[in-house]
Amino acid sequence: MNHYPLWKYLLLLTLTVLGLLYAAPNLYGEDPAVQISHRVNLVNEEELNNVRGLLERLDIDYRSIELGDGYVLVRFGNEETQLRAASDLKDALQEQDTRYSIALNLAPATPEWLTGLNALPMYLGLDLRGGVHFLMEVDMQAAIAKALERTSAEIRSYLREEKIRYRTVQTVNQALEVRFSDSAERDRGLVALEEEFREFEFSIRDTELGSFVVVSYTEAALAEEKKAALTQNISTLKNRVNELGVAEPVIQQQGDERVVVQLPGVQDTVRAKEILGATATLEFRLVHGSLVDWTDAEQTGKVPLGAKLYRETNGAPVLLKRRVIVTGDQIIGAASGIDSQSGSPDVTITLNGKGADRMSKVTRDNIGKPMAVVFIEDKYEEREQDGEIRRIKRTEERVINIATIRDQLAKRFHITGLDSTREARDLALLLRAGALRAPMVIVEERTVGPSLGQENINKGVKSVVIGFALVLVFMAVYYKLFGLVANLALTLNLVLMIALLSMLQATLTLPGIAGIVLTVGMAVDANVLIFERIREEIRLGNSPQAAIFSGYQKAFGTIADANITTLIAAIILFSFGTGPIQGFAVTLSIGIITSMFTAILGTRAVINLVYGRKQVSKLAI
Amino acid sequence: MILNRNINFMGPRKIAMGISMLLLLISVVSLAVNKLNVGIDFTGGSVIEVGYTQSVELEPVRDALASAGYADGIVQHFGSARDVLIRLAPRDDQNNAQLSTSVIRTLEQQSDTAIDVRRVDFVGPQVGEELREDGGLAVLYALIAILVYVSLRFEYRFSLGAVAALIHDVVITLGVFSILQLEFDLSVLAALLAVIGYSLNDTIVVFDRVRENFRKVRKRTSVEIINTSINQTISRTLMTSFTTLLVLLSLFLFGGEVIASFAMALIIGVVVGTYSSIYVASTTALFLGVSREDLLAPEKDEAESARP
Repeated sequence: MNHYPLWKYLLLLTLTVLGLLYAAPNLYGEDPAVQISHRVNLVNEEELNNVRGLLERLDIDYRSIELGDGYVLVRFGNEETQLRAASDLKDALQEQDTRYSIALNLAPATPEWLTGLNALPMYLGLDLRGGVHFLMEVDMQAAIAKALERTSAEIRSYLREEKIRYRTVQTVNQALEVRFSDSAERDRGLVALEEEFREFEFSIRDTELGSFVVVSYTEAALAEEKKAALTQNISTLKNRVNELGVAEPVIQQQGDERVVVQLPGVQDTVRAKEILGATATLEFRLVHGSLVDWTDAEQTGKVPLGAKLYRETNGAPVLLKRRVIVTGDQIIGAASGIDSQSGSPDVTITLNGKGADRMSKVTRDNIGKPMAVVFIEDKYEEREQDGEIRRIKRTEERVINIATIRDQLAKRFHITGLDSTREARDLALLLRAGALRAPMVIVEERTVGPSLGQENINKGVKSVVIGFALVLVFMAVYYKLFGLVANLALTLNLVLMIALLSMLQATLTLPGIAGIVLTVGMAVDANVLIFERIREEIRLGNSPQAAIFSGYQKAFGTIADANITTLIAAIILFSFGTGPIQGFAVTLSIGIITSMFTAILGTRAVINLVYGRKQVSKLAI
Repeated sequence: MILNRNINFMGPRKIAMGISMLLLLISVVSLAVNKLNVGIDFTGGSVIEVGYTQSVELEPVRDALASAGYADGIVQHFGSARDVLIRLAPRDDQNNAQLSTSVIRTLEQQSDTAIDVRRVDFVGPQVGEELREDGGLAVLYALIAILVYVSLRFEYRFSLGAVAALIHDVVITLGVFSILQLEFDLSVLAALLAVIGYSLNDTIVVFDRVRENFRKVRKRTSVEIINTSINQTISRTLMTSFTTLLVLLSLFLFGGEVIASFAMALIIGVVVGTYSSIYVASTTALFLGVSREDLLAPEKDEAESARP
């Protein structure tokens, strides 16, 4: 009685060793580091040597340099050196190739023999390491409107090609209405359109205004369009985050129209917000008429056909041609700098083939005429209207520059007229990273400053240590030897929990730490159940050995029942919760599972070792 | 711990029921009148926490914010006199990006020393609404799942008793939050779900013993058997609650401001849950007429539970 086979001890021993091994990386802390990657290529050995050379030439003390998964990681002894190195390396590397991206990082200082075993420290959530969490929503209405705008242009040119005479193409309620002069022409148009635009549904409508073909998306095409908007926005966000230089960013789809963006360690959250949500883009248009026409249009409110009224940065009115020469999505490269003539900030633009063709054709035909650069930005605000929350879009369009075309422009040229070097830099970044297919709004933000993050870790650790110590003392006093055995199990439970959290690389959050503390309190429950049962059996007059045996046996069903119900609550919490709350659910679930193991199997093994196969007259319980 | 092992727990069960009813009534009334002090997680809005290098007076900060157009902001110390917390309701005219930036800029101008932005939480009205719905659903689903599990493992009367105890605990915990006007946010909701898990834990331990005794002891009334069962489990119940309260106290005192309300909810929940597992759960099962015959049917179950 009360004897465990050898394999159970071996199992326990193996798990203990594994637990200690995989929990160990958490003891080593982190090194301030700089992570260097390239936007297009994976960084290789050659670049590592290049960086090493630069570090030596710049006379920067570094602790180590290594090749990671497509990046170079340089570790430093302190944060001061890290910051200096980051800015110096950035200057030096971007001189060689502007596509290098340099990010600050905290790299785990886990020794090599542990990383070789794939043992890593726990992954800390944003509330512990500091950083920003954004939940961004794609404005699907705007996405559909934009798509319809594109289709409207396609329909026009297609009907022109097919020599079918139409009057107008207009967007009405998420659909396009094509107006024809008579029903015969309309029928011809319908046949032609149905042939060409298969992703649409067509219907006809006759009113006194004329004969219409109404073009609307099919359910499937609508869903497809929304998906495309989301996918493209995610890839644009990824580009922008790369431009910002963030180590280990998370950019993930959530639901049908939202994206989660997590940027650990970002200090300047204001800038991060501006860059992520920015919709700024450029358009190039020819100027219409002259100053007299412009002021006239402003005063009378009558805008000539084919023109549109804009304002310059200083508020002065200007008329531009409706037809766009080149739009932002035809820009493939942009770099900010200083204009050598005026000394003001400028942006050098590179166009794609189609854009370059069009630009050179238009500028060739219009030498001596003025051309305008329009800066377009969508701004959003949420407003409550009749109890409903509505989002109101305001598009800001301003003419930042009007210049006379002196020469035929082509693929590369530069523009001026920006307010500051910062605006020039941001504009260049946005043009490089690509435009958002549809505007996005931040619907949730959680920012934790680095100082608070560290403080949260300290407080969390402190509360775990104190809570744990209190329980240990109490158990030892109340259950004597059995209490000490339970304490061993409790310690092993903590080690196993940390090991499992590290192995799974589950995110540890502040509520997650609370979950650990709570599990420590609740993990003793199993032992309390068992020990109380043993005391009861002794009171009933059973022998110590029999009391141990039936104590464990009878308590088991109760322990299982009680833990499974808590597990149910934890799983539901996980599936409904977000971020930090999920962290709580994860640690709670892991704790329940490990505590069942340590409290039942672990303590029994030790108790058997102490009391098993012996004549015992009294138990120290 | 010296315990008289023959306390007549079920004797004053009518009084206990009365107390529970009274507490529930007070909670419900307070929830209806005072409402919950719901945090921005569920209402939408912004919370900005900033740290100063030395202690700071709140009045000048309030004035500065008011003159910048944030007169509705609630300004208070948070944790220490150097930390200031500003709460703002959702606004019409500014989106979040501009809002927190402009608040922080205002504070920087007002202060002579540098300030440290420690935390910015912004929840859009829409997201707040969703979190509210999801939170409510989570509690509901947890209750249903537990009802199903306990019904499968025990008998429906026990299961109703367990759920009655859970609802009792949740409502009273909410009631205390409402009376004290403590902030109810996402982490408190998580604590509430943990309370559900915990309180059930206690209840199940008692029920397990009740079932065992019903099968073992033949010539006693239901009340007597439940009484014995509670007596047999009471020291375990109190022990576990005590160790759990120890760690919760540690969390409450040392875990920082953010965790304090979470710990508070659990402390209330554990205390109420301990009481309810003794009185509410068993009394409800008894009231519903649970008896020995209901539990005797599956003989093989007995053999099953004899195996460790």
